[in-house]
Amino acid sequence: MRRLRKIIEKIVEGVLAMSAAITSITVLLIIIFLFDEGLSIFSKKPVDDDTVIAVNSSNPVSKLTGLQIKDIFDQKITNWKQIGGKNDSIKLFRLDEAGTTFTEQQMGSNFERLAICVDSYVVRTPGVLLYFSSKYIPKDFHGKRIEIANITPYSFLMGKQWFPTAQPVAQLGVLPLILGTLWVTLGAILFALPFGLATAIFMAEIANHKVRNYLKPVVELLAGIPSVVYGFFGLIVIVPAVQKIFNLPVGESGLAGSIVLGIMALPTIITISEDALRTTPRALKEASLALGASHWQTIRRVIVPYASSGITAAIILGIGRAIGETMAVLMVTGNAAVIPHSYFEPLRTIPATIAAELGEAAYGGLHFKALFALGCILFIMTFIINLIFEFIAKKKKY
Amino acid sequence: MAKLSANKVNLFYGDNHALKDVTLKMDANTVTAFIGPSGCGKSTFLRLFNRMNDLIPHVRIEGDIVVDGEDIYSKEVSVDLLRKNIGMVFQKPNPFPKSIFENVAYGMRVNGIRDKHYINERVETSLKQASLWTEVKDKLKKSAFELSGGQQQRLCIARALAIEPSVVLMDEPTSALDPLATHKIEELVFNLKADYTIVIVTHNMQQAARVSDKTAFFYLGELIEYDDTNNIFTKPREITTQNYITGRFG
Repeated sequence: MRRLRKIIEKIVEGVLAMSAAITSITVLLIIIFLFDEGLSIFSKKPVDDDTVIAVNSSNPVSKLTGLQIKDIFDQKITNWKQIGGKNDSIKLFRLDEAGTTFTEQQMGSNFERLAICVDSYVVRTPGVLLYFSSKYIPKDFHGKRIEIANITPYSFLMGKQWFPTAQPVAQLGVLPLILGTLWVTLGAILFALPFGLATAIFMAEIANHKVRNYLKPVVELLAGIPSVVYGFFGLIVIVPAVQKIFNLPVGESGLAGSIVLGIMALPTIITISEDALRTTPRALKEASLALGASHWQTIRRVIVPYASSGITAAIILGIGRAIGETMAVLMVTGNAAVIPHSYFEPLRTIPATIAAELGEAAYGGLHFKALFALGCILFIMTFIINLIFEFIAKKKKY
Repeated sequence: MAKLSANKVNLFYGDNHALKDVTLKMDANTVTAFIGPSGCGKSTFLRLFNRMNDLIPHVRIEGDIVVDGEDIYSKEVSVDLLRKNIGMVFQKPNPFPKSIFENVAYGMRVNGIRDKHYINERVETSLKQASLWTEVKDKLKKSAFELSGGQQQRLCIARALAIEPSVVLMDEPTSALDPLATHKIEELVFNLKADYTIVIVTHNMQQAARVSDKTAFFYLGELIEYDDTNNIFTKPREITTQNYITGRFG
């Protein structure tokens, strides 16, 4: 009997240990997967893999960046000497140009001779810049292939343009998205902190038992509402209100996003701050009151300072809640990937970008990897927030 | 006229009749000790004098509590001003999580005193009165939690004295302290008598005998006996008092 019980206990222990191990491994796998996919963007080029960019073999230019190619297409760069070549105008040659340069007879009815035409065109045109699908490039190509620079972390993080599917080159600058995320999060906290703290103080110190017992479930209920409902509420109520009050062309804006996120962060801020305020020892409150301090003075000078680290933790967790929120911001911020200059403009956050674009990004493609890299950035941001939270929560009291 | 007096005071915590018909008068510049077993109501009675019982829900108080000839439970009395006049020292040292200086200055700050010079002076005087000055004068900006338990309790006394009360209530001020620290506090109580009226609740009968002029013995919410300390400890009138002070129960 005793033996059997021991064996069962061992088995239970084993199951528990295994659950813990599986959990840790899962978390680790997710992080590894995220970073593996995300970081591989830096070994990618901002053009499609099956696109060939080439020049005449006499052209000294052998490397171009994504931005230079975009400028050539936009005709901001029209001469090779602007990018380190000879003084010769750039003749862009794409599929469109092929249709007007060669006759159908030359290309063949099924484009079977197009490759030869392209090759000979490149050979006889010194100023050509070929931008062509690799299936029309002959094996014995006589032009010089241009090397396109990989995407660099700097251009990725500091780039101001987010056009992941743009032709000829994708513009992958995440700065507007990072700033949009921070901007709307900051707004949410500025909105939620005064309300949250006031409610927490009211609940912890001023409200009587009855009111508190009624208020606490209400606040907790607020945390249980699905975020899509908040988004819907924001879209139907807050967005039109913002548009009307501030007389904006569109109501979808950073402000609307901040308000919705602020409401969503409220329960976190209220419950955690209230708990922190409640931990103030009775002895301290009594000491303050016994010295002739009023209730309000006691709150301001003893209770709030005592709970300050808990309140800070509440703010940090509220930020964490707001920064990763997807659905609601997607619905109310307008999703314009531009660097925000005021709260009255549309903006776009990282989570909203991932949610909105992942469905249309080709699996394993540049856009797909860029979205994973965005996921990494978001992960790092929330990770830092959690670290700060841990640090503050563990910090010793005065 | 008595400094502090209670007339037929009854107190109820909900249905619990915690104080029964207590009548007591205490003179200015004396030390009065309240003794009795745990739960006898002595602390509750003490806390009536600065209305600390107001903080507890469902408390009902009957009878009169008079300080300096004024009924402190009448509607016109400001509780904040009353508590400024009647300082309190608690069972466990409870300094604020602030610096030593700010702890002592707290009472002045909440009472609207802004004069820096005056505050500095009062902090020094109070710390001297609490015989803590020489130990802390070089580290006034340090956290009060860096002090030992006995020093913290003397800091709490200094904090109470800083707003110049006329009465100091002490609720078992040495129960959390070692004998040496206890001795210092007792000495302090003896010295403070000249300027303050002191009421001290204690579990320790030797302490009551050492520091007090008068002693009140409480038992089950009733004031059993109140007399000069000498009489209580040498020739108590009541048999319960005698049993308690000789250690037969408690």
